[in-house]
Amino acid sequence: MDLDLVELSRAQFALTVMFHYLFPPLSIGLGLLMVIMEGLFLRTGDPQYAVMTRFWTRIFAANFAVGVATGIAMEFQFGTNWAAYSRFVGDVFGSALAAEGIFAFFLESGFLAVLVFGWDRVGPRMHFFSTVMVFLGSTFSAVWIVIANSWQHTPAGYRLVEHEGVLRAEITDFWAMVFNPSSMHRLGHVLLGSFILGAFFVMSISAWYLLHRRHEAFARKSFAVALVVGALASWGELVSGHSQARALAHNQPAKLAAFEGHFVTADHGTEMWLFGWPNVDEQRVDYGLAIPKMLSFLVYDDFERPVTALDRFPARDRPPVVVPFVSYHVMVGLGMLFIGMTSLALVLWWRGRLFSQRWLLWAFVVAVLGPYLANQAGWVSAEVGRQPWVVYGLLRTSDAVSAMVPPEQVLISIIAFGVLYLALLAVWLYVINEKIRRGPQEPESLGAAPSGPGESLVGAAAGAGVGRGGHSYTETE
Amino acid sequence: MDLHVLWFGLLGVLLTGYAVLDGFDLGVGILHPFVRGDRERRLVLNSIGPLWDGNEVWLVTFGGALFSAFPEAYATVLSGFYLPVIVVLLSLIGRAISIEFRGKSHSKFWRGYWDFSFFLSSLTATLVFGVALGNVVGGIALSPQGHYVGGLAGLFQPFALAVGLLAVAGAAMHAALYLQLKLEGELRRTVERWAWRAFFAFVALNLVVAAIALRSVPHLLVNFERWPVIWVMPVLVVLALANIPRSLVRERPWQAFASSCASIAGLTFLAAAALYPNLVVSSSSAPSLDIWRAASSESTLRLMAIIAMIGMPLVAAYTITVYWVFRGKVKLDEHSY
Repeated sequence: MDLDLVELSRAQFALTVMFHYLFPPLSIGLGLLMVIMEGLFLRTGDPQYAVMTRFWTRIFAANFAVGVATGIAMEFQFGTNWAAYSRFVGDVFGSALAAEGIFAFFLESGFLAVLVFGWDRVGPRMHFFSTVMVFLGSTFSAVWIVIANSWQHTPAGYRLVEHEGVLRAEITDFWAMVFNPSSMHRLGHVLLGSFILGAFFVMSISAWYLLHRRHEAFARKSFAVALVVGALASWGELVSGHSQARALAHNQPAKLAAFEGHFVTADHGTEMWLFGWPNVDEQRVDYGLAIPKMLSFLVYDDFERPVTALDRFPARDRPPVVVPFVSYHVMVGLGMLFIGMTSLALVLWWRGRLFSQRWLLWAFVVAVLGPYLANQAGWVSAEVGRQPWVVYGLLRTSDAVSAMVPPEQVLISIIAFGVLYLALLAVWLYVINEKIRRGPQEPESLGAAPSGPGESLVGAAAGAGVGRGGHSYTETE
Repeated sequence: MDLHVLWFGLLGVLLTGYAVLDGFDLGVGILHPFVRGDRERRLVLNSIGPLWDGNEVWLVTFGGALFSAFPEAYATVLSGFYLPVIVVLLSLIGRAISIEFRGKSHSKFWRGYWDFSFFLSSLTATLVFGVALGNVVGGIALSPQGHYVGGLAGLFQPFALAVGLLAVAGAAMHAALYLQLKLEGELRRTVERWAWRAFFAFVALNLVVAAIALRSVPHLLVNFERWPVIWVMPVLVVLALANIPRSLVRERPWQAFASSCASIAGLTFLAAAALYPNLVVSSSSAPSLDIWRAASSESTLRLMAIIAMIGMPLVAAYTITVYWVFRGKVKLDEHSY
């Protein structure tokens, strides 16, 4: 069998990073909602908000654990599979990663313990403080990792120096590296994408409870908080995406051209494809519908100014087109759907009719898949669109691998990660499903919860589901 | 002060912090299957419940710091030890999941499965960490560019394997002494018996490692000849080790655990002292990867030093806060695993 080391290493990285990225955005988004809910509890004293915070914290904890575990693998994979890359960027990328470890991870993991286990050990204000710190920690983590990744897209604040006979990048200006041309645009986009996921996740489960007439007071309040966050974040994401695309036209024009399926530079305004399928051989988009001159207007505020197309780049510097085009259009389409759904729900809520629209609640139950898909699609667009570079214009992906590693070993690792991750996903779904099935505690039981040696209330049986084992996958009520 | 030396020292601090802190929770995983009864197993597991995640962050930060300060060493070790590193990563994932998910169902099969996975992943991770450290210190085949060329088979050296076993015994002993502080009654007496056994295994393996080192890894002694004052460290390690049975007999569990921390920290320091100024020792004719060759630029090392100076006090503050909030004997409540 002929195994290609570069393609295998890319496949392995894609598998592990995409799986990892199922979890952190939910931690960030849910974290924000928990901060809001617990803040409302401290302000209003309404025990329903305490119930909400506790319930969502349990889901958060299960999600967070998987995110941390799969994230550790990411941190070491730069070295295992991309040794040449590590040697090239260590001076720049490594500092951002180390800053993430020392500022974000310690903050998160330290206060997570208080958040999850400390309800009866610290006062309500200290607990709220811990919730805020965990949210801030996960946000900082996104900050540093997005900065490091953005540097790969728009390198800044560095110089190339020969070290041990090989060129490498060294930092000359830390703040220019941190505020490289794309980092803040992309950070905003990533965070808003996470908030959307958190909001849709809460709305999905709340809608499910409402449809089944369970925990209705809890579900209404949770849905409302999430709806407001989700609507704001969805609209914000539109603004963020727009400004990001404009910056992209300047920073990485080949990537924008791939997103838009824009093959040939014309001498008039460039059209924008609403949908279609790029045909690379014929250099055109098939089965599509385009708005004439729209891309020029969105990028330059000028209907006539042409946008640079792929033909302006040498063939060896062009990114693939099909994958970025499709994933980008999926992401944008889903973004529009989120705006539509949350806006409609807001109007109905305003008129007091939201919770009687069963069809819309059902739509929200399913819609949680949307933000998961959109977050993944966005990253696929960004990373595949950067090809053939791993550091844009400086280091090719094919030059970045660990050349010493036998391809068979990479294949073994892909299989091992694949099997473990499939099992992990199944267990995660089962555990989350169990938590949803069991549901939140009722507010009146909260005051009576034992705070001393609660030996009788054994762990998993906490709250409403005492004594209900229920181990069946099918039993989802 | 030479920034390269400073970073060698800071990485040593991070590694020591990791060995002392995660050492006991890895060890709890190794001892866990020997505990009888589900309630007892939960007590043992929950003794590290709020702490293991923070302990593991020491490793993550060590990794990030190694990447940024000495990218050449980071790249050589991780790509060179490819499959073992993948095994460690899979183990760390499996461990986190086992801890988190064990308590989510009452099914016997479910709990039995996660117990097994918790044990296996803790054991494997500890063993491979030890073997990797043994290889880095003992020496591996490097190319002139400082890349590892020895292949998978080149990692199975007697010295490295002995260090791997030493790590397992050390973690088991450390965990048993830790559990003594967190448990009560019959269970506490049981772990005390384990502490004795693990202690003897640990001492025996220390002698084995020392014997192999003196016989076949002579370069480990170079720094001891250059700076004879380092001989104080092995003496201190022996004293700390000797204090463990003494404290156990006198029923001073805190002192026993503190001595265990000191002996593990001392051994990590010894490894670093033998290694200095190298990060990866070469067993071939090519030069070793030392702290100058492997380093990032001076300005990055300086920048990172500033980040560390701001970050380290914060880290110390969080760590102390969490250990303080969760002090005392383990109690199972509705939030436990």
